[in-house]
Amino acid sequence: MRRIPLLVPALWLLGFVALPLLVVLALAISQPGDGVPPFVLPYSAATGWQPNWEPLGLLVQDDYYFSAFLQSLRVAGGTAALCLLLGFPMALGITRATPRRRPLLLMAVLLPFWTGFLPRIGAWTGILRDEGWINGLLRGLGWIDAPLPLLYSDTAMFLGMVHAYLPFAVLPLYASLSRLDRTLEDAAADLGARPATVFLTVTLPLAAPGAVAAFLLVFIPAAGEYVIPELLGPPEALLVGRVLWQEFFQNRDWPVAAALAVALLLVLILPIRLFQRLEARQ
Amino acid sequence: MTRIGLWLGLGFLWLPVLLLAGYAFSDSRVPFQWGGFSLRWFAALAANDRLREAAWLSLRIAAGSATLAVLLGGATGWVLARRGPFAGRAIFGALAGAPLVLPEVVTGLSLLLGFVLLQAATGWPAERGATTVLLAHATTGLAYVAVVVQARLAGMDASLEDAARDLGATPWVAFRTITLPLILPSLLAGWLLAFTLSLDDVVVASFVSGPAGTTLPMVVFSMLRLGLTPEVNALAVVILALALLVGGVAGWALRRVGN
Repeated sequence: MRRIPLLVPALWLLGFVALPLLVVLALAISQPGDGVPPFVLPYSAATGWQPNWEPLGLLVQDDYYFSAFLQSLRVAGGTAALCLLLGFPMALGITRATPRRRPLLLMAVLLPFWTGFLPRIGAWTGILRDEGWINGLLRGLGWIDAPLPLLYSDTAMFLGMVHAYLPFAVLPLYASLSRLDRTLEDAAADLGARPATVFLTVTLPLAAPGAVAAFLLVFIPAAGEYVIPELLGPPEALLVGRVLWQEFFQNRDWPVAAALAVALLLVLILPIRLFQRLEARQ
Repeated sequence: MTRIGLWLGLGFLWLPVLLLAGYAFSDSRVPFQWGGFSLRWFAALAANDRLREAAWLSLRIAAGSATLAVLLGGATGWVLARRGPFAGRAIFGALAGAPLVLPEVVTGLSLLLGFVLLQAATGWPAERGATTVLLAHATTGLAYVAVVVQARLAGMDASLEDAARDLGATPWVAFRTITLPLILPSLLAGWLLAFTLSLDDVVVASFVSGPAGTTLPMVVFSMLRLGLTPEVNALAVVILALALLVGGVAGWALRRVGN
């Protein structure tokens, strides 16, 4: 009886988290096949142990896959940096507001998300497309004759990414900034430091762990993002999430898709460990 | 300076949402162009059988998976916060936290492969669809509920439960009369979180679903690929209105439970 609260979740986690991840590992060294499902596992009683290292080798040798990882790191890093730049003043602004207004401002950060993720991305396509809101506005003003090609560009992709991930940066930044001891800033000011100096030598170093956590909280999911690059980005923005999706759904090459998942996890393992250590410290 | 930054950021967050809400009432076929006031896109939405069926399926999956997530995640959070050391605790904690940090495409692919293998080995689940999506969403929801409940219990004095036990309460009675009322707000918040995440997910659902399990986000995603945004805008307004209603009621309920 006492074991049930432990046993049931433990079995669930083994069945639906541990086992699936192990199958991904196994599939990454499997042969592709023509059957349903389209692969042959690396071990069977009849043939013995026959791993296939081709899918993983492909990721290192083929520029197509390698550049997908570079692109993902670039987009995830850029998104996280932009979210920090935009989110830091927002979080600071909320901590400096009166206690009555703080929950309202936090609400104002979260409320736009209650429309659902996809309609918000859809709104960006409607705003940026050739017959969209911006081009309509500019044409109405007589500033342009031909529509500006805004959609399916790096700019559109980053706009969508930052818009989707900004709250992931603002909330942890707010949490860490609101725990910050304001008297330290006051002391520095009393001792003659100018506001800019106070900010650079007191506020920023104290807020650094929270800022790193916020960066990682955006970076980790953004590195595997599929939907936003697909709907807003240029066709050549082939990030890992998009390539994995194509290999799985269009090419039906499950072993390569699994190899991409394994490689993505290897790339993210350091950021994930760092994030978990920062969380544990707080 | 920070004030300008704050309003700039809020403006950026709100701009597409306000435009979307405004142009949902436009008569124009071209999305985000004003063609006079009209409710035609809401009428089109109501007449769209595919969307309505998908929405009903998604709501049932979200409610079911959130309920499972609260039961499993509540137990997980309680075990992590209250049960002392046990063999495999580190692995248990790592597995419970994994769905929070895994990229969506990895979660989706791994769960699908898990289901394929389970089916090959045991014959269950017989086909992929609503059930597999529900199981997948319950698993990610579990992780979120566990974090919320564990944090709540960690910030709470265990001596209350110990006192009840010392006064002769069985573990079950101590849990039901002391622990459960104290973690009830976290369980409610966790349910809402899991419900919302399920209703918003397109990536994991696309991987683990089958022909019989097209969820609302999957339909909306294919509509957006074809560039059909006016109906999607109307849908977003409906979702926002419902979310405000549910959020208002939940906020009121949480405050009452909290008091």
